[in-house]
Amino acid sequence: MLEIRDLFKSYENKPLLRGISFSVSQGETICLLGASGSGKSTLLRMIAGLEFPESGHILFNKIDLAQTPPHARDFGLVFQDYGLFPHLDIFNNVAFGLKMRNVSTEKINSRVAEMLDLVNLQGFEKRKVTDLSGGEQQRVALARALAPSPRLLMFDEPLGALDKSLKEDLLNQIRIILHKTEIPAIYVTHDQDEAFTIADRILFLYDGEIIRDGTPDEVWTNPNSVYAARMLGMGNVIEGVVTSPNKVKTEVGIFTLNCRHKHSKGEKISLLLKQSEDGVDEIKLKVEDVLFKRDQFQVKTKSGLVIHMKEAPKIGQIIRVKVQVECLA
Amino acid sequence: MKPAFYFLLFTILLSSCAPKPVTPQTITILTHDSFAISEDVIKAFEADNNAKVVFLQSGDAGAVLNQAVLTKDAPIADILFGVDNTFLSRALDADIFETYQSSALSDITDEFKLDPSNRALPVDYGDVCINYDKNYFTENNLAVPQTFEDLAKPEYKDLLVVENPATSSPGLAFLLATRAHFGDDYLTYWKSLKANGAVVVDGWETAYYTNFSASSGKGPQPMVLSYASSPAAEVFFASEPLTESPTASIVASDMCFRQIEFVGILKNTPNQVLAQKFVDFMLSQKFQEDMPLNMFVYPVNKNAKLPGIFVKFAQVAENPGSLSYLEIATNRDLWIETWTAAMK
Amino acid sequence: MLRRSILSVFESPRFFRVLLWIAPIVFLLSYFFLPLSKILILAFNTSALTKTNFQLILSTLSFTFYQAALSTILTFILGLPSAILFSRFNFRGKSLLRALTAVPFMLPTVVVASSFNALFGNHGLFSSISDSKYSSFILHPSSFSLILLAHIFYNTTIVIRIVGNALSRFDPKLEQAARSLGADTFRVWKNITLPLLRPSLLAAALLVFMFDFTSFGVILLLGGSNFSTLEVEIYLRVLKLPNLPLAALLSIVQLIFTLIFSILYTRTINQVTTQTAPRFSISKPPKSFCERAFVLTFYLLLVTFFLLPLASLPIRSLTRLEADRGQRGEVQYGFTTDYYKELFINRRGSLFYVPPIDAARNSLGYASLTVLLSLALGYPAAYALAKPTRLEKFLDPLIMLPLGASAVMLGLGFIISFGRSLASPWFVPIAHTLVALPFVIRTLQPALASIPERLRQAASTLGASPFRVWQTVDFPILSRATLSAATFAFTVSLGEFGATLLLTRPEYPTIPIAIQRFLSQPGGLNFGQAMAMATLLMLLTTLAILIIEKLRLPNSGEF
Repeated sequence: MLEIRDLFKSYENKPLLRGISFSVSQGETICLLGASGSGKSTLLRMIAGLEFPESGHILFNKIDLAQTPPHARDFGLVFQDYGLFPHLDIFNNVAFGLKMRNVSTEKINSRVAEMLDLVNLQGFEKRKVTDLSGGEQQRVALARALAPSPRLLMFDEPLGALDKSLKEDLLNQIRIILHKTEIPAIYVTHDQDEAFTIADRILFLYDGEIIRDGTPDEVWTNPNSVYAARMLGMGNVIEGVVTSPNKVKTEVGIFTLNCRHKHSKGEKISLLLKQSEDGVDEIKLKVEDVLFKRDQFQVKTKSGLVIHMKEAPKIGQIIRVKVQVECLA
Repeated sequence: MKPAFYFLLFTILLSSCAPKPVTPQTITILTHDSFAISEDVIKAFEADNNAKVVFLQSGDAGAVLNQAVLTKDAPIADILFGVDNTFLSRALDADIFETYQSSALSDITDEFKLDPSNRALPVDYGDVCINYDKNYFTENNLAVPQTFEDLAKPEYKDLLVVENPATSSPGLAFLLATRAHFGDDYLTYWKSLKANGAVVVDGWETAYYTNFSASSGKGPQPMVLSYASSPAAEVFFASEPLTESPTASIVASDMCFRQIEFVGILKNTPNQVLAQKFVDFMLSQKFQEDMPLNMFVYPVNKNAKLPGIFVKFAQVAENPGSLSYLEIATNRDLWIETWTAAMK
Repeated sequence: MLRRSILSVFESPRFFRVLLWIAPIVFLLSYFFLPLSKILILAFNTSALTKTNFQLILSTLSFTFYQAALSTILTFILGLPSAILFSRFNFRGKSLLRALTAVPFMLPTVVVASSFNALFGNHGLFSSISDSKYSSFILHPSSFSLILLAHIFYNTTIVIRIVGNALSRFDPKLEQAARSLGADTFRVWKNITLPLLRPSLLAAALLVFMFDFTSFGVILLLGGSNFSTLEVEIYLRVLKLPNLPLAALLSIVQLIFTLIFSILYTRTINQVTTQTAPRFSISKPPKSFCERAFVLTFYLLLVTFFLLPLASLPIRSLTRLEADRGQRGEVQYGFTTDYYKELFINRRGSLFYVPPIDAARNSLGYASLTVLLSLALGYPAAYALAKPTRLEKFLDPLIMLPLGASAVMLGLGFIISFGRSLASPWFVPIAHTLVALPFVIRTLQPALASIPERLRQAASTLGASPFRVWQTVDFPILSRATLSAATFAFTVSLGEFGATLLLTRPEYPTIPIAIQRFLSQPGGLNFGQAMAMATLLMLLTTLAILIIEKLRLPNSGEF
């Protein structure tokens, strides 16, 4: 089991990761969700041993890995741009990790065949890397990482370069393989759909810190932070000012609500407005723009809130929307 | 935009510095690096003829001749001085000279007039002989070798330095002397010389001033291949006056080789008249008497008087080795190449 | 109807293309192919085809191969770790050191040979240090070792640049993937880095070998009369023991081999450059003890190796260590500016027609002419090559041909072909242009090709006339490349030695000729003047190099 404790890392003298801590258990797939440049890839590289943290510990099965060089850690890496060795054919790419471990030729042959079978690329042994499509290359990268039976798998936005339907297929395959092999995995992405599909737990990385750590369900119900909510595309977040212990004044109205945390009068907080038929509050919004979204219409309003409706309103029209208001952090 | 413009302008201006043709009234003498003559002698000529004399020194005799041959269609000088008897036929075959029947020829001994067509006129001669350090031989109680064979004897091991015939004129002369003496067996002789520790260097200057023990270089070898006039030079240039020369030449029969130097007017020169005047001048007494103490060679003009030092300390071989210049012409390259191969 | 079709011919792009090529082609035909064919004819004069000649050619060829191969291997021994040093590590003074290693390449061979002479030669700085048994090996290397050293000095920068560029284009993910799969540093190198580096290693090796194979000035000036490569033999057969048919035959042999090498090289270098990848800056300061030791060692090694010979020139030009030729009086040892002063005096019996300092003026004049000429010819050719059609594919290798031909042979060809008109000093800049043209074209071409057609189209749809398009789109991008190409041509001309040796008129010597003449004469005064002129030349070239480094378009051309 992987344990990360208080990792700190700066980039060009600015702090990048500030006190990252989490753990990954056997059979668990965690997803690291964060925007580009938030340090996700750096974190992965540190876990792999390719970069060094300024402070903090990385432990696997209770052993601190600070002295272990990357080639001895036994952690698999799958990159966004595949990182396949261009001068080797598919067989030798997949066999690379096994060759490094001096596995016998027969075992290599059978293991490679097994891996290619697993990713649905039977018979691809002799092909050249440059002959394959993006999706095929990514599957080879997966097979290569899996072949030496790593103790941990790390995925760095592996599906970023692929088109939508391919993404879904591949994501599913990865999920099935991960469940089958029970290898703990860290999956890094900025796409929340991927996160929800594959993760047992989602970790939100924002401003150098893990601001939310929970199962997809927990996180969806209680984002607990503005950023998490935004990342999950959960709905509308607005700013408000506390006028009295239970009341918050916003641009679109005054709401009565109970927040878990006590807020003092005059404090600025963020609220999550979820569009809901059972909502207690009703607000009035002016329509600015209407977009067709397959089975509904996405309506942009003057205050910046986005509403979904079955029928398209007219631009400039005032609409009434029932919402459920929640506190965010 | 601007910097590029200025750069272009600058380049154009700079290219106007490029060479432009020189104005005439000059006579150019192409000669080798060993050429030297007194300044006032030349000035006298310049004054008498309203001319400017420029010496173009371009390497050793062979290099200079080759340059003249290569550029014969567009000669780089008016006169070529310094072709010696070993190169004579090459010069004549390449036909780079004009014929000139100088009146001064009547003052010159016949034995030097090797070219009957008077394209190449003799100017000076000297003997290439082995010089030895007198001190060394007396101190070590050694007899001075008197024959070629002596030089290969064990008592003279490591004592001789000679020049490479491929790169040095005296070196070639010595090779020719051995060839004249031994005929086809000359290579066997050279091998025995090599076995006896004879040192071969590229040029006379190195041999004399670096290897020779009796010169300012105080080198390791007490015998050097040089000129019969070198002992006189030692006295001439000594820092304190000497009554005896520290060196002498081995002038035994066959052991020296006579070199004769020639001058010729290059074909296609625009300065014919002036060139002829200069040739006359070179054969005249004034020039001929100035040569010995500048180039340490002997004049061909029988009326020229020798300086005292020469009379006392320089020597002329009575029986120098010789080969016909035609024979030299035919075989020279072959001999040099086979020598080079044998001495590797 | 007829008039129309005639006019349309003039307007057709094909015609325009032919127009572009006319000047360079005529130039090459008259001044390269014509002399070349004359040499061919001369070579196949049956007198040259003798058994002894073939033996000579064979032995010379094998020595040439041998010294080139040895030099190449040694160059890689220094160059490969240096390439790693520059591409993987950051350290103080990195760009300065990198520029330092590039300086020798642009220096004329005469200067490089002189600097080694100044250090190790008979009158060198080290010769005055007493030789014990131990120091002898280092302080008094043999001529052959000097040749090898000079070659390494010259060519290390090629390895650093070509291999270094390939290394820095390396996707670091490959190495990371390999490591995560269990490869330690050694195995990463063996299985991933080296195989992927192979094209660039090969390209660098071929180029270095080619330069060593055709090396002339270095061998001539440092080798004494004991060593001759093909190029030197050609020179000897033309100027010393003339045998023109044999010289021509040797020239043909050399041309064939250098042609083969340059074809091999252009093939391999294309493989290297097609590995286009975004630039990764993967260089970091050294961390571990091993890394620190590596960086420190090679830093010191490179500084010593490159700085010492370069510094020895000015030092030696200002110190008197021995007597002048024929000088019999007291020698004043130590610091002196006499050698520089002597450059301005032309004694009657001097080695030159004019004061030696005029050689500097001549060199500058020739260099400027070369710049103008090669730009005038190179521009149209580069324009045509930037958008190649079948015509260009055919003409491309032909333009590079003069680079593969021996300079001495070029001079010989001129002599054979032009006879009487050789009196004109114009032949020197023409020969220089022949050598500089390939460099100029290769510098301009990528810049021209990099101008996106869209930019031009955008400009013209916005109302710009063709001239304005050129002025506002092409010229700004080209001005840097032009300056760079011009400086290339300038330095090539300044340092050209081989052809100039044969073509020089005595009234207009150039700096390299002057240096060689001084070096071939004994005596301190001559040696000192050679050092002084070499220092001047070094300063001039270094200035030009600095200009190039400042103006270089990142990654344009091979250098």
